[in-house]
Amino acid sequence: MTLDTILILVVLTNLRLLGASRIGASVRTVAVQGILLGLLALLAHHGEPSVSVWLVAVGGAVLKGVVFPWLLLRALRSADVEREVEPFVGPIASLLAGVAALGVSLWLAQRLPLPDGAHSSVLVAVALFSILVGLFLIVARKKAISQVLGFLVMENGIYTFGVALVRESPLLVELGVMLDVFVAVFVMGIALFHISREFDHIDTHELTTLKD
Amino acid sequence: MMGLLVAVAVLVCSALAALLAGRSPRAATALGAGGAVVACAIGLIAAVPVLFGAPAESLHLAWNVPYGTFFVQVDVLSAFFLLPIFGLSALAAVYGTEYLQAWRGRKSLGAVWFFYNLLVASMVLVVLARNGVLFLAAWEMMALTSYFLVTLDHEQDSVREAGWTYLVASHLGTAFLLAMFVLLGRSSGSLDFDRYSSANASALFLLALVGFGTKAGFMPLHVWLPEAHPAAPSHVSALMSGVMIKMGIYGLLRTLTLLGPPPAWWGWVLIGVGLTSGVLGVLFALAQHDLKRLLAYHSVENIGIIALGLGVGLVGVSNGSPVLAVLGFGGGLLHVLNHALFKGLLFLGAGSVQHGAGTLEIDHLGGLAKRMPWTATTFLVGAVAISGLPPLNGFVSEFLIYLGAFNGVTQRAEMAVPLLAAIAGLALIGGLAAACFTKAFGVVFLGEPRSEHAAHAHEAGAAMRWPMALLAVGCALIGFCAPFVVRPLASVLPLVSGLAPETVGEKLGDAADPLGFVAAGGVAFLVLVAGLAWLRRRLLRGRAVAETVTWDCGYAQPSARMQYTASSFAQPLTTLFAPLLRTRRTLAAPEGYFPRAASLSTTTPDTARVALYEPAFSGVGWVLARMRWLQQGRIQLYVLYIALTLLVLLVWKLG
Amino acid sequence: MQATSLIQPVLALVLSPLMFGVINRTKAWFAGRRGPPVLQAYYDLSKLLRKGAVYSRTTTWVFRAGPIVGLAAVLVATVLVPLGGEPAPLAFTGDLILLACVLGLMRFFTVTAALDTGSSFEGMGASREVTFSALAEPALLLGLAAMARLTGSLSLSGMSTAMALETWRQAGPVLALVTAALMVVLLAENARLPVDDPNTHLELTMIHEVMALDHCGPDLAFILYGAALKLWVLAALLVGLMLPVRTGNAWLDIGAGLGAMFAVAVAVGVVESSMARLRLLRVPQLLVGAGALAALALILTLK
Repeated sequence: MTLDTILILVVLTNLRLLGASRIGASVRTVAVQGILLGLLALLAHHGEPSVSVWLVAVGGAVLKGVVFPWLLLRALRSADVEREVEPFVGPIASLLAGVAALGVSLWLAQRLPLPDGAHSSVLVAVALFSILVGLFLIVARKKAISQVLGFLVMENGIYTFGVALVRESPLLVELGVMLDVFVAVFVMGIALFHISREFDHIDTHELTTLKD
Repeated sequence: MMGLLVAVAVLVCSALAALLAGRSPRAATALGAGGAVVACAIGLIAAVPVLFGAPAESLHLAWNVPYGTFFVQVDVLSAFFLLPIFGLSALAAVYGTEYLQAWRGRKSLGAVWFFYNLLVASMVLVVLARNGVLFLAAWEMMALTSYFLVTLDHEQDSVREAGWTYLVASHLGTAFLLAMFVLLGRSSGSLDFDRYSSANASALFLLALVGFGTKAGFMPLHVWLPEAHPAAPSHVSALMSGVMIKMGIYGLLRTLTLLGPPPAWWGWVLIGVGLTSGVLGVLFALAQHDLKRLLAYHSVENIGIIALGLGVGLVGVSNGSPVLAVLGFGGGLLHVLNHALFKGLLFLGAGSVQHGAGTLEIDHLGGLAKRMPWTATTFLVGAVAISGLPPLNGFVSEFLIYLGAFNGVTQRAEMAVPLLAAIAGLALIGGLAAACFTKAFGVVFLGEPRSEHAAHAHEAGAAMRWPMALLAVGCALIGFCAPFVVRPLASVLPLVSGLAPETVGEKLGDAADPLGFVAAGGVAFLVLVAGLAWLRRRLLRGRAVAETVTWDCGYAQPSARMQYTASSFAQPLTTLFAPLLRTRRTLAAPEGYFPRAASLSTTTPDTARVALYEPAFSGVGWVLARMRWLQQGRIQLYVLYIALTLLVLLVWKLG
Repeated sequence: MQATSLIQPVLALVLSPLMFGVINRTKAWFAGRRGPPVLQAYYDLSKLLRKGAVYSRTTTWVFRAGPIVGLAAVLVATVLVPLGGEPAPLAFTGDLILLACVLGLMRFFTVTAALDTGSSFEGMGASREVTFSALAEPALLLGLAAMARLTGSLSLSGMSTAMALETWRQAGPVLALVTAALMVVLLAENARLPVDDPNTHLELTMIHEVMALDHCGPDLAFILYGAALKLWVLAALLVGLMLPVRTGNAWLDIGAGLGAMFAVAVAVGVVESSMARLRLLRVPQLLVGAGALAALALILTLK
């Protein structure tokens, strides 16, 4: 599959996340996005990918596509959370906002001074779009799990940004970033489980009563 | 030129004569309506040649008003707008002769015809005026005469409030126009249109947009429209909605001809304004259950479509695409004419419904088609036309705008993005308009009557039926003769878009070819309808054709109240767009095992009015209330204020 | 206008009821049944044409005009659509706009005829119909706008002639997105699952079925035939624009197009067998999603 197709699939996964109404579907979509990003790293690499690049790409795909969903779904199951996404902004409005965000990202990417590369501006546009979608999910959804997913999507966006701009990143840095994200998700999963056990829900809107 | 001035003179004289003959309603009606019809005929005969190539004439007389000259001119743009003015005014006047009989004895019909004829005369002057002071004087007269016509039933609180809203809105808009004219004439020192300079073009454009937009009814400046148009008598509503709000469009176009080459953002702004007015207008129309209020919101929507067409044209002009300019402006201008026809028709139909059934509450009507067949048929023609469906005229103007937008989408990205929004918006507007008018026509005219009023409705008389029929025929004619209708546009477009006449002619010829196919499709459609009707008659000949009740799924006693109401018909759409509409519900739910009567009522106040204007005016009121301490009620203090001000002015000027 | 342009309308007139048969057979195969005969729609039409008629006393001439106007409108639509790379009989710049609006005309009169009966069932179906069509129309026009920009032509026949295997190779994702959007519009406009269930006659699940409830005899035959033609028109739109088979031989191309049409019918059958009807609240989300896909396709062509 070509680079363009993967990028369009990433955009479609983002739109699917915006319009999703069940948490299980959202988690699986983020998993698919993670795998797509592994493929992206391989295809966008300038020249022949070395062993370290393969390692990072496959490792990232496995981590984001298999491990994180398993962690999150396990936390949800043991916390016995209801399956509906509870949004502040409904699915239709989210979808329309997503299309507008895509337009804005494309426009912004054209205006950024980027290094030479055949696909730079499209990659950067998709990266910006993922970041915006991740932010939107964090802001416009009530359940804590949606905020974790939003964080993961933002992380994916920043990763795509890196793929677009950085020629070669040291193996240690890449592994360090992956470890970072893994620890964050692990901790958030544990926190979710404990919040749910303590308060019987994971609605962050209700948690505002804690401020007193 | 002389013909038009004679027409104005006839209007003014017949107005005065009708006022003087106020004691006898029949004489007042004859003088007023007769004068209007004669004047409009003279005016049409004078205006049409200019549209088809006769040279523009002007008249320049001195006037002893500072900066004012009596400078009138009839060029192609004025002549184009004179067509709907004279045409609709004459038909509405004929309609009014019978419609106003309901007020005979209660109100002075002489006064009504006085204001009506003066309104028509002022609109003609607005279109002819070429001097800022003359323009504003005619504009103001238009506003005042229509105000008096709107407040005909001034005993009712709602009518008085509507009139007040209208007056305030109109004058706020005129304030912007005053600022605009002053800015235009500042460098040349004169307020004649041909001596204006186009410095500060962007500021002028924005002033014109707000000033003329208030009269035209752009969102969010439209708040007076849904109040004033339902309050006025129906033939006046038809005139206001069909022609008067187009004076705002005329003003905007005239300003554009004075301002020179437009930058790209003007087109974007107009497209944005057009989309908001169009979509929000039709959404609010869906939520209404008073027929005239629904029609008033539809006027907002159609003004949005016209603005969309003008925006597409501006995008074309600023990006150097003649095709876009011709199609966009052409579609917008044609929609001005088309809207005058079908909106006039629909308002006259609503008046007929009120005259015959006594109420305009949609949910209390029903089954009127059997008792008022003429009104129903003409209303159906108007409904199909306003939904932009082939083969009638609404489709022709929307087709031109669509074609322009599609043409633009295939070109550069800077043009493609606003046009993408325009296409999506037009499609949504078209679908929602069809939803709204199936609701309006279906619930009012079809089914069973939902109240006693509707069950005993009677058809309107000849004077009310003929104007509606003529307007319906006009809609159909423009639809079927579409390729020929674009020819008058060829003379107007060079003036409006700044393109050369040969370019315009060539591009318009390119556009006329598809219209020819569209007309051919329309004719084929009619032939097919006739053929299928004949086929069915042949098939049913000799077979049993029975009549029975509607399938009621076994209910023992279906009643007319069990039919779908207008609110329930529109409910899926109004719930979908609820954040925009903010409908308020009052519900008295059924309780207990044997519930008594329950009730549900919904009302949709205008969001712009509630969220924008009321807080703003309350804020202004609060600030002014703080200054109440200046008014102590003592004469000595007031004289002291005057003396102090005089002293200060003297010291300032002479010091 | 070439002679080969007339092949598609003739095929439409003759073969369109067959589409219903193919869809029903596919659904039956999925359900492990034999299913109705493939030619069942023809038997229904001939039966209905031989019957008398019963009209409700509440109705007016609008009710009697509804089926006729609807069928006439969709017949006009049939001559606008290309198949197999051959231009349509009535091809001109901007014919895509006429197609969308003529389907709107059919819908307007079907809905008004439904409201004429004064029955709350038909009012309900009419109300849902206008809601969903208002949301489906932007998706249709945006998809066609994307195709217009891609092929540079503003006529359906022009777009169809400009389509080749090369176009798929160059702009595959765009075409795939437009195909998805047009497929959703096809399902919504023809009252197929997941938008409407054509089999049941329950209040919860009816949209198009309920609007035809009071018609009978030749009127119902017109409505049935009109529905078949509408399915044919929208499927032909999809196939004519998307299928890149251009061998140069008109008969081969049209044959390939015809095969693709029946493939679309099978696909509709598969979709109907594998999905349940969406909750009514979710249908606008589906339609807006289709619109978003079409907008995405258009944005992609802007690069």
